Amino acid sequence: MATLREVRGRITGVKKTQKITKAMKMVAAAKLGRAQNAVASARPYAAAMSGVLHHLMDQTADVQLELLRPREVRATAIVVVTADRGLCGAFNVNLIRAAANHIDTQYPGWATKGNVKVICVGKKGRDFFSKGSYNVTGRYVGLFDKLELSHALTISRALIHGYLAGEYDQVELIYNEFVSVTRQRIVVEKFLPVPVDGVEADGNRRRRSTLDVIYEPSKEQLLELLLPKHLNFRVWRALLESNAAEQGARMSAMENATSNASEMIRVLQLQYNKARQTAITKELLEIVSGAEALSEAE
Amino acid sequence: MYEKPFHAEIITPRRVVFRGEITSLSAPGVEGGFQVLAGHAPLLSAISVGQLTIKSTDGNDIRYAASGGFVEVRSNNVVVLAESAERADEIDIDRARAAHERAERRLHSQEEGVDAERARAALLRALNRLKVARSE
Repeated sequence: MATLREVRGRITGVKKTQKITKAMKMVAAAKLGRAQNAVASARPYAAAMSGVLHHLMDQTADVQLELLRPREVRATAIVVVTADRGLCGAFNVNLIRAAANHIDTQYPGWATKGNVKVICVGKKGRDFFSKGSYNVTGRYVGLFDKLELSHALTISRALIHGYLAGEYDQVELIYNEFVSVTRQRIVVEKFLPVPVDGVEADGNRRRRSTLDVIYEPSKEQLLELLLPKHLNFRVWRALLESNAAEQGARMSAMENATSNASEMIRVLQLQYNKARQTAITKELLEIVSGAEALSEAE
Repeated sequence: MYEKPFHAEIITPRRVVFRGEITSLSAPGVEGGFQVLAGHAPLLSAISVGQLTIKSTDGNDIRYAASGGFVEVRSNNVVVLAESAERADEIDIDRARAAHERAERRLHSQEEGVDAERARAALLRALNRLKVARSE
């Protein structure tokens, strides 16, 4: 049986930990609010952008742009978006496992030959993939402290450059999508070549394409201008989604930790009380038997 | 003169900058500036870094420093998709000035690894911001 002092020490320890997890939960909740806002405010742009993109793709079905044209895949690039920090439950572990699994099943044997280029966004993914036998060609860490559009731009430009230079023949994104505070969904998306039927046609698409539209400059040039912006925005969205999902995961992980700590404190308190009770009983017994011994001696 | 109003939106990846009724929009098209009034023919145009001006229904001009994007006009509805659009009176002049200096330094440093194209684009954006913020 643990001594009183030991149990008391553990209770204080757990209480301290609980204070930290509670604070982390609160911080995550505040960050989650901001992250969700950012996701929501990116939606109108997404809708308008995909409308324009579809319209242009409809109108320029015969144009052959390098960013659109699928080619034989000899090497592939996978962008793995994880968090920079831990203490967010299985958020990073699940994503890393899914990414490694995707690489193994879709491209068996490619990784060892270096034909799967892994581009890591986030410290956790970088740490994992740098240790293994993976060919890590891009590392972007520390972005999530303050997400900027220029971060997305840097990444998308590097990806487009690598694709056009023939370093890889396709690019996939894998990241956590925010579903709810307690749920994230891992999505694997084709990024390059730009999937032509990536987003389903909306209702007014047909109607719009019958209009006589003035294009400045030409349709083809517009599409060429639009595609890099579209890709840049897709990276931006992936970063926003992952960030919101991470904060949600951290919030619920810290919530669990806090309630686990409460349960632990309850059990320890019980143990403490029992130990105290036992000690008192023992002391009383000693006093009583001591007194008896004295009176017998008389 | 009575000008017919139409609906317009200015949208950036970060937020919807403007949404409402206006009577005119002037944009820095890549093939020259153009103006959109009510009843304009359907149009899809790329715009470059420059000043975007809208006239609200009460006759006031609202000016924005836009850094490239697209303008889509269809059936009395105008959507501006801009990388960024800052209202003239909300531009942080000190920040723009700092960005300007940074870009100049980069361009002239002749160092290895300096992305000249990117530095030039940053310079243009900074100059545009300063210009829009200062012109009255």
